[in-house]
Amino acid sequence: MSDPARESETEAKARRGRNVALAVGLALFVILVFVVTLVKLGGNVIQRPF
Amino acid sequence: MAMASAPSTTRAPARWQDFLQLLKPRVMSLVVFTALTGLVCADRAISPVLAGVAILCIAVGAGASGALNMWWDADIDAKMRRTRGRPVPAGRVQGADALALGVILSLFSVMLMGMAANWFAAGLLAFTIFFYAVIYTMWLKRWTTQNIVIGGLAGALPPVIGWAAATGSAPLNAWLLCLIIFMWTPPHFWALSLYTSEDYAKAGVPMMPVVRGAASTRRQIWIYSLLLVPVCLAPAATGLGGPYYLAVAGGGGAVFLLLAWRLLRSKAGEAADPRNDDGLYDVRAGARDARNLFAFSILYLALLFATLLAEHLLGVIPLELV
Repeated sequence: MSDPARESETEAKARRGRNVALAVGLALFVILVFVVTLVKLGGNVIQRPF
Repeated sequence: MAMASAPSTTRAPARWQDFLQLLKPRVMSLVVFTALTGLVCADRAISPVLAGVAILCIAVGAGASGALNMWWDADIDAKMRRTRGRPVPAGRVQGADALALGVILSLFSVMLMGMAANWFAAGLLAFTIFFYAVIYTMWLKRWTTQNIVIGGLAGALPPVIGWAAATGSAPLNAWLLCLIIFMWTPPHFWALSLYTSEDYAKAGVPMMPVVRGAASTRRQIWIYSLLLVPVCLAPAATGLGGPYYLAVAGGGGAVFLLLAWRLLRSKAGEAADPRNDDGLYDVRAGARDARNLFAFSILYLALLFATLLAEHLLGVIPLELV
């Protein structure tokens, strides 16, 4: 891993790109799990004993 | 050791596109197509959201096994013209990073498949990733000329996973889709290897033309082609394919056999005889026959699955000849 203080413009740009891609991937995963949960539970989510 | 060593610090830094390339997007698209066909052919009403997530899981699982393959095979990829530009041998991505990506995506895809569809489909997906990354990549590929025959099972399983995601089971017709891809793989890959065998020889991969010779490879392509066509016709007898499928499988099968026969009679894959002025021309003509079969094999498989997909989406009544 390169030292952020010494990295070149190209390296900094590549690192930013990787970070953004990772953030987008994680956000999509969270949304996906949320949507899957809603679809799987459906209307049953309100049929709870309390 | 097969793993790639760390790249020098003077190499270009890894971009996110390099990590995407590790997932072999072209292979992924084929996997998505065949898995979707399996899912649709199951004819079971399933939430479009869950169906989409299941297909995504299969695509990501295929990508994960691609990353594991590129991690392990970096040494032989560096020796072959076709693969030396891949991120790990080119030094843009470290082997350890490719391994980490492969393992993490494998876990995520299998777990999400279990949650969104069912654990039978998740188990099949896990087995497919294991089979491709460990059985094929780490063992068969460098050991036997039957590498792509047995290893072809990994590429043949996605329609079964798609079917299982929709129904929780894998009946005979799902395995028939698997068998079509399994029988299609040897003639497809060996036709390609007949005109790229120099690359494989350089890398020490025991592909059929390198070890057994071109004539034996062409014979085996012919035998597999003879077996493939009846297998492709079978869905029209088991309640899976309709009249359009039968026409495509029959017509395309006839062309496939014609091209395989021409390849059998050619000199594809043989070295030029320097004493013979016509040698070079013969080899070129042979390579053309191998290229023709390779290209048509892709079209044939795509047409078979596209026709099945269309028939089931449009509600065409399948034939049951048996």
